[in-house]
Amino acid sequence: MPDLSYVRSEMLPERAPPASQVGIVGWARANLFNGIGNSILTVLSLVFLWYVLAAILPWVFAPTWSKGSLNECREVFAADGGHGAACWGVIRERWVQLMFGFYPEAERWRPVLAFGLLFVALIPVLFNMISRRMNWVLLLVVLGLAGVYLGGVLGIIVGLALLGAAAFVGFKAFTTSKEDRAAEIASGVKRLPNPLFFSALYPFIAPWLLWGGTIWMPVGAALGFVISVLAYRSLLPFVGNLAGLIIAVVAALVWWLLLTAPFAGGLHTIIPIGLEPVESRDFGGFMLSITIGVVAIACSLPIGIVLALGRQSDLLIVKALCVGFIEFIRGVPLITLLFVASTLLNIFMPPGTNFDIILRVLIMVTLFAAAYMAEVVRGGLAALPKGQYEAADALGLDYWKAQRLIIMPQALKISIPGIVSTFIGVFKDTTLVSIIGLLDPLGLTNAIRADQNWNGIVWELYGFIALMFFIFCFLMSRYSMYLERRLRTDHR
Amino acid sequence: MTTITDPKQGQFRLSMLLYDSRYRAITIQIIALIGFLTLIGWLLSNTAQNLAVLSKEPSFSFMFEPSGYDINQRLLDYDSQDTHLRASLIGLLNTLLVAAMGCVAATIIGVIIGVLRLSPNWIVSRLTAVYVEGFRNVPLLLWIVFTMAILIETLPRPSAFRKGEASMSLWDTVAMTNRGIYIPEPLFSRSLGDMHLLGASALRFDVSLDLLALLAVVIAGFLTSILIKRRADIIQEATGLRPRTWHLRLGVVMLPFLLVLTILGFHLGYPELKGFNFRGGIHLRNSLIALWVALSLYTGAFVAEIVRAGILAVSTGQTEAASALGLRPKRTMSLVVLPQALRVIIPPLISQYLNLTKNSSLAIAVGYMDITGTLGGITMNQTGRELEAVLLLMLVYLAISLTISAVMNWYNQSVTLRER
Repeated sequence: MPDLSYVRSEMLPERAPPASQVGIVGWARANLFNGIGNSILTVLSLVFLWYVLAAILPWVFAPTWSKGSLNECREVFAADGGHGAACWGVIRERWVQLMFGFYPEAERWRPVLAFGLLFVALIPVLFNMISRRMNWVLLLVVLGLAGVYLGGVLGIIVGLALLGAAAFVGFKAFTTSKEDRAAEIASGVKRLPNPLFFSALYPFIAPWLLWGGTIWMPVGAALGFVISVLAYRSLLPFVGNLAGLIIAVVAALVWWLLLTAPFAGGLHTIIPIGLEPVESRDFGGFMLSITIGVVAIACSLPIGIVLALGRQSDLLIVKALCVGFIEFIRGVPLITLLFVASTLLNIFMPPGTNFDIILRVLIMVTLFAAAYMAEVVRGGLAALPKGQYEAADALGLDYWKAQRLIIMPQALKISIPGIVSTFIGVFKDTTLVSIIGLLDPLGLTNAIRADQNWNGIVWELYGFIALMFFIFCFLMSRYSMYLERRLRTDHR
Repeated sequence: MTTITDPKQGQFRLSMLLYDSRYRAITIQIIALIGFLTLIGWLLSNTAQNLAVLSKEPSFSFMFEPSGYDINQRLLDYDSQDTHLRASLIGLLNTLLVAAMGCVAATIIGVIIGVLRLSPNWIVSRLTAVYVEGFRNVPLLLWIVFTMAILIETLPRPSAFRKGEASMSLWDTVAMTNRGIYIPEPLFSRSLGDMHLLGASALRFDVSLDLLALLAVVIAGFLTSILIKRRADIIQEATGLRPRTWHLRLGVVMLPFLLVLTILGFHLGYPELKGFNFRGGIHLRNSLIALWVALSLYTGAFVAEIVRAGILAVSTGQTEAASALGLRPKRTMSLVVLPQALRVIIPPLISQYLNLTKNSSLAIAVGYMDITGTLGGITMNQTGRELEAVLLLMLVYLAISLTISAVMNWYNQSVTLRER
């Protein structure tokens, strides 16, 4: 029998991987120093980063928040050793102006409330993770805070009541589980109305809050839609679909163009409820940018979809009109369209009309955004496999049903990145209104830099505005990524 | 048994225009056309009435009147006695100048950043991501005004150079002042002179014969270089061995060029401090530099994303197939990856060039006299001819856009995959 000197009878315990392969060292070796070229790049980047941070950080953290002019800041720097730093006093002194422009001080709660309500109105549109009740709680909280802020006995009582109601509903929402709630609804407890109801009302509330005037004007505008729907529903049994639609549109137009103004004026003399009117020329700052951006974004998507469908359509004349419009708008810079808004749009209107500059700008920016949107949506339509169109036809759906149920949901999903980057582009392009003399944040910088106290200020002011725009636009692009993930239906 | 009968022919009722799909398309189109024409007619009649009230009948004769304003940054000769037409031409050339400079710089920045963003190096890809996100999410107009303000507020005055508080950069050849940047200009001591074209009309322009000579020599050099390459190709086809040609090709281009430069007496004219300002050299005004820098950095961020997407669009299978065929990495890149990536990159790249050209109209915010600043700015304000000026301005931009789109369509057709 051969003599086996050594046979292992049990497995060795696993050894830890070498220190150079795991942890920070391993990560750095894999990602930063894998090869000579990469190591050089890493070192160069680190040196660059060091220089930038060493320049920026001491600059940012300067004790100049309370200073009232650039000269006072310079005195601080001189006492501090002579190196320059940020003079944040300009932001402290002017940030209200950068937010609201020359909006009257006593009325500034209105844009703030409009902005808060905008969030409440947007949440059910943008996210589906928040429950119906929480949405109403949010609305009550915003309104309650506004009441308390406005003060006065009535304001505080109403505000506190609203906050209390919010707390009550919120508490109930937290304490009842999903199953209990489902059982309650099954047993006949009424559900709260859909929060989209408020989102639909918001377009009438916001302009009233911002521009003021009688409350009967937005009510009249909203009544136009009600009249249109009523006309359509009541006429549908007698005339066909298409004729009903045409009559509904005509009824709404007649109401808006001819009857709304006397309606609002008449009611206002009987029941005068209204807010102090604010002139468009007092609008400014980020409030103006957001107003123009939100309106242009909200209106350009539906118009863009219609234009894209027109461009894809078989109807030759409709197609030619849409192509002509889209290519014309996309071929000229926005600034020329803003020149049209500022100088020519009044010439195009019947003699004697003089409509608001912000409204004129809104029209042109919306048309501009719609043309770009149309191209994005067309890309989505073209990317959809032909089988989808054929399947819709095979199911016997008519054109609009096929578009609504099969084509558009998929085409819009495909074009989400393009749509959101168009949104971001529109929001950035609102700065161009400073060239035609509106006081958006960039328009205000000229006045601030011309001020004797702040003559020579650059980095703080523009840096602050850039940061604000960055936050808005970056959030929008992150949202598009979230939406893409949420709507993803392919197999992973 | 049921039978299906066609509706009887020849019974046309009016309601069929709405409810019969054979006629409905025509009805809708005619309604759309009538609506469109009514809208146009309404706008035109309003415009005519309003202009009659203002007693400004549309006319383009103002373009031939003396402009009466100066343009400081210009490529052709011009003074305030010249017509508005010439002022617009100068503006158009300025637009094209900054657009061309911007396209070149944005491409270079974009390609470098786009490639670096794909780098496996974590810190490099993060830094480039910060650059891209930072520039894409902040308005271009802000960057332009910001750059302008930085140039004006932080660069030294010319007087600081006299007192010795500031000095010229790059071995005393470039002066960076808050009135602009002065760079050396190319001069020819044995110059051939200029050629004056189109006499004294508004479109007159001069062509430097020196430049023409240099251009001719360079083009001839490139053509010869292509011939050398063809010959090398033929030899390679025949024998399988490729002769070494790079030194020959470089020499054919460079030697005649250097020779002509010497014959013409090429030297550089440096800017010098005289009196209160710099003289000599080429004066790049702040407005041009701010516009150029901001446009290039902003568009560069978009180009970087396009380049990144283009490279990612080529599947790794292609690279692997190329190595399986035995191609070296350099040839894989030039023969397999790049041609496919370029097919994806070039169309959006051209549309970025188009965007850059349209965005150059923001020049008006910093006072650079491009076509928007001349025709849409001072000319419009001085003559009060808003309708005509804006119309002409739009036509000019439309012409530029349509030209670029035509180039893009031509390219797209030439690279479309021909499927069997």
